[in-house]
Amino acid sequence: MIPGSFSYHRPASVADAIKLLSSLGDEARPLAGGHSLIPMMKLRLASPDHLVDLHGIAALKGIHRDGDRVSIGAMTTQHELLASDEIARSLPILHETALLIADPQVRYMGTIGGNVANGDPGNDMPALMMTLGASYRLEGPNGAREVVASEFYQGAYFTALEPGEILTSISIPVPAAGHGYAYEKLKRKIGDYATAAAAVVLTMSGGKVASCAIGLTNVHETPLLATEAARLVVGTSLDPATLKQAAAAAVAIMAPAADARGPVEYRKHVGGIMVTRALTRAAALTK
Amino acid sequence: MAKTHVTMKVNGAEVEGLVEPRTLLVHFIRENLQLTGTHIGCETTHCGACTVDLDGMSVKSCTIFAVQAEGASITTIEGVANADGTLSALQEGFRMMHGLQCGFCTPGMILRAQRLLQENPSPTEAEIRMGISGNICRCTGYQNIVKAIQYAAAKINGVQYQEAAE
Amino acid sequence: MNDMTPTREQREAKLEGMGCKRKRVEDARFTQGKGNYVDDLKLPGMLHGDFVRSPHAHARVKSINSEAAMKIPGVLAVITAETLKTVNLAWMPTLAGDVQMVLADGKVLFQNQEVAFVVATDRYAADDGINAVEVEYEPLPVVIDPFHAMDADAPVLREDLAGKTTGAHGPRKHHNHVFEWTVGDKDLTDAAFRKADVTIKEMISYHRTHPSPLETCQCVCSFDKISGELSIWGTFQAPHVIRTVVALIAKIPEQKIHVISPDVGGGFGNKVGAYPGYICAAVASIVTGKPVKWVEDRIENLTATSFARDYHMTTELAATKDGKVTGLRVHVLADHGAFDACADPSKWPAGFFNIVTGSYDIPTAHVSVDGIYTNKAPGGVAYRCSFRVTEAAYCIERGMDILAQKLGMDPAELRLKNFIKAEQFPYHSALGWEYDSGDYHTAMKKMMESVDYAGLRREQASLREAFKRGETREIMGVGVSFFTEIVGAGPSKNCDILGIAMFDSCEIRLHPTGAGIARVGSKSTGQGHETTWAQIIATEIGIPADDIKIEEGNTDTAPYGLGTYGSRSTPVAGAAIAMAARKIKAKAQMIAAWLLEVHEDDLEWDIDGFRVKGLPEKFKSMKDLCWAAYHAVPPGMEPGLEAVSYYDPPNMTYPFGAYICVMNIDVDTGVYKIRRFYALDDCGTRINPMIIEGQIHGGLTEAFAIAMGQEIRYDDAGNVVTGSFMDFFMPTAVETPHWETDFTVTPSPHHPIGAKGVGESPNVGGVPAFSNAVNDAFSFLGSTHIQMPHDFWRNWQAAKNLGALAA
Repeated sequence: MIPGSFSYHRPASVADAIKLLSSLGDEARPLAGGHSLIPMMKLRLASPDHLVDLHGIAALKGIHRDGDRVSIGAMTTQHELLASDEIARSLPILHETALLIADPQVRYMGTIGGNVANGDPGNDMPALMMTLGASYRLEGPNGAREVVASEFYQGAYFTALEPGEILTSISIPVPAAGHGYAYEKLKRKIGDYATAAAAVVLTMSGGKVASCAIGLTNVHETPLLATEAARLVVGTSLDPATLKQAAAAAVAIMAPAADARGPVEYRKHVGGIMVTRALTRAAALTK
Repeated sequence: MAKTHVTMKVNGAEVEGLVEPRTLLVHFIRENLQLTGTHIGCETTHCGACTVDLDGMSVKSCTIFAVQAEGASITTIEGVANADGTLSALQEGFRMMHGLQCGFCTPGMILRAQRLLQENPSPTEAEIRMGISGNICRCTGYQNIVKAIQYAAAKINGVQYQEAAE
Repeated sequence: MNDMTPTREQREAKLEGMGCKRKRVEDARFTQGKGNYVDDLKLPGMLHGDFVRSPHAHARVKSINSEAAMKIPGVLAVITAETLKTVNLAWMPTLAGDVQMVLADGKVLFQNQEVAFVVATDRYAADDGINAVEVEYEPLPVVIDPFHAMDADAPVLREDLAGKTTGAHGPRKHHNHVFEWTVGDKDLTDAAFRKADVTIKEMISYHRTHPSPLETCQCVCSFDKISGELSIWGTFQAPHVIRTVVALIAKIPEQKIHVISPDVGGGFGNKVGAYPGYICAAVASIVTGKPVKWVEDRIENLTATSFARDYHMTTELAATKDGKVTGLRVHVLADHGAFDACADPSKWPAGFFNIVTGSYDIPTAHVSVDGIYTNKAPGGVAYRCSFRVTEAAYCIERGMDILAQKLGMDPAELRLKNFIKAEQFPYHSALGWEYDSGDYHTAMKKMMESVDYAGLRREQASLREAFKRGETREIMGVGVSFFTEIVGAGPSKNCDILGIAMFDSCEIRLHPTGAGIARVGSKSTGQGHETTWAQIIATEIGIPADDIKIEEGNTDTAPYGLGTYGSRSTPVAGAAIAMAARKIKAKAQMIAAWLLEVHEDDLEWDIDGFRVKGLPEKFKSMKDLCWAAYHAVPPGMEPGLEAVSYYDPPNMTYPFGAYICVMNIDVDTGVYKIRRFYALDDCGTRINPMIIEGQIHGGLTEAFAIAMGQEIRYDDAGNVVTGSFMDFFMPTAVETPHWETDFTVTPSPHHPIGAKGVGESPNVGGVPAFSNAVNDAFSFLGSTHIQMPHDFWRNWQAAKNLGALAA
């Protein structure tokens, strides 16, 4: 359980990091919190020749409110998200979700950028970012670009990141005042990835759902937006029949792998239940 | 592989060493610094036996490279006792409440609890349980660890510890 | 007497003897990071060893190429079976009478089996080395399902046993068969079943799991080429046995072997056996002349260094229609993995599984156990239990619940009806044990009153109605478990390890100033012996526990003992301590009589010294007598105050307990909530209630983990799918329930202080309580038995199979 040898780089600016990553090529990996990458390196399932540590780049830190959006630097840790009044106020679902990630020690190191960028289908933040309509700022040798979260994930550990690019910040539109939200995560124990999880953000008007987004974690090789399920609930009062239809629509797009968390059928089944529960709890939170 | 020079402050003392970039912080602490109170229990970032305090954060030192701790201020279990050599409130709490058996998880557990109490001086039982959920103990079943932390919180807050009725 | 004279209560309190919640001596160092564990040891010139392991469960090893590895800076040697053959150590004997490969000899038989041992200057280079060794494998068909291991066409696993129709425990009936062990009267049992009003039959599996102490198995071996002496620091629960085993297999004279168990970070049975890492580190040290450290990582520990349970028990009970059990019949298919490396007393291939009649007066019983080989890790250690007792307790406690269900009786009532009565002790069981003492009815009734058992059943009944009406998706289970343990192995008449009787020992030496040291043959792995052993001595001889240092684990200084496992420390070593103390006390009495100028019989013991009967002011404290022992002994008496006792127990001890678990399960997700867990234990005399309670909390937590998810599981190809703490269920403080503890005291009549041992009871009794709660929850939907572990998805599966899911 010892990583292979590598060279260590600690650039002080995004530009330097990009320069390093593009010149070192495939054998270089950016190091954020490291709590996905370092265990893989210890198992020698990853053996990069170069690690580019992003901790020295002050510009990658911080949480800012810009009008109707919240911008979060990629190297902001889960612990910092949890400590942020701005997040608690504007994006309470992000607070709720961060608290369900791993354990306290991991949350001190684990970053939101690492969580969304490495493409691990077990991570919680990607589906949440899709649900919130977040976009990622990617900076690389050819400049900067914005990619919406829903177009970022291409497969397990495959993302829209081009060689030499790093994800530098996340921009999240603040949901409407009075919105309801819930992240329902079924896991075996603290520290586990979700057996299945569902994120819901919705608004209600006159007792009916006015808008709704539903994201799904760890039930497919990428995080999913359950758009059909969300469409089905809009305009309803979330009556039992609608909830059932929505859950079925969400289950229909799930394709989890069988693992120690359970067989495929179970993971899909509880995925549907997470959707139902998240919808119900979110609706109850609307004001 | 070329070695890198690192300096950091450990338990208040400036230390330095030559390490490979891949040297894990836990090995630097245990082998270079000979501070063997920090333990290794799982190596997959689950058990928390290697927990140390790094710049105000509880971290699992098996999942961080020594080079990443350049310039950091670290506290290990060897730096927890009071300046006069007496046991800290947490160390005393673990002893008084029988919060340890084999002792292998204890250093990580105490370091984690110390940071928890600094962030939340009067945690509820549920908050304590959540707060130490990155640390596995195989011997105690946690119940007396919870009491140990409650004992320490009471002592730090200057109130009498009242054991909850069973 | 003036006001300064301490009262009797103050004198008692100062001793901190038995029954007192003495704070632990060990904690000063453990809370300050000053423990001394194996991996903390750093010797000059020390090298590190690490294993190349097999990715395959069954494969021929075509070639091992270490050229590239040897080119890595720091790598000094790559040891293979061929190297070990030159010193006749490619294979090693197991504690169970089988042999085991130290390094793969021609083939591998389980995933992560040790294939080559790389020796390097540090652990980083060693890890580089193992990744550079090239091994060519030719995969072979695997045997994973134990129920197909003895199929006629099953692959041959152990080619080394070809043609051997007899093993260490009798005839073998198939090439993958290890042994068959039977006990009890088959004809009488068959007759009881023929006559029975009611019978049940169920295949009850106790899945494969692992003790997984937080510190893995590790050692440092240091061979001195000049003196020919081998020192081994290791995580050993039984250091003296390790020394003897090393002497026997390495042919080093035993006085030249020094085995030291320093502080050990938990054992739970994992650290009883001898593993390839120890042999390879020793050989590497002999070859290089330098100390060699071997530290396994967690994945290696879980997947290669032993396992526990894996018993598949076809269980039958016969009873009258009013619920009197008349017979028990069990057949066990015991999956031993690739080598039979069970850590049982040598004559007991299935351990003490014949305690399976449990706490009940069952007139006739028959048990047969078939051990088999599969492509899984070898072992079969007693994970916090006395040799297969937890399997036996699970078997009978599930069986009783299944029988109660068939009879339409309450499971507690069925137990009360069948308990061995207090007046029947000593009780001879149908399967050959003599239960020393017990009062089961009292314990059971205390438990039922404490938790309002009747109220729980009423609540359950109303919740079931609500479930049927569709008002809730939760079901409620009440799991009762009443277990009888058999611990304290054991009497030389029936227990030995490799021919060494399973006694234990203590040597006490008191110094002139009234302090002393006691060395004991046991070895604490967290039980707090340094604290509790001194408490026994304090009560026995009136020297404060704080003035007695306890030492264990160094085979050069401690008397020979068989170590700590099977809850044997208190029953055996604890008895040796009391007996050694009594020898000291007897000598002190002679000295006191001489000093007080009276006959010994005129003296009476009074807390911390001897007093002349009827003359309270004529008193000699033990502290005074210690001084006297070194300067004023009676004529003809040797000076000094020292004693040794080797204690061969006359019988096992039989701790028991009544546990109950209350649980709700959400049928839609399978997620459970433990609402309440109450554990009443009777371990006889209680030495330190604080430590007893702590052990019960810990054992219950292990039982919770095992019953509710902790499993070493293999896929069809023989890959371990639960090989790290991600998937091997290791509960944190959040998942772990709150524990309520209680007790009764029924002292052991044959133990010097009446103590019985307690550390393993909660694991033994806890698992059936959890499993019975799950099974009880589902029973009204029509199920009779659901296999462990009861993790979320399996609970959901059970609900689904029973038609309990919403359409």
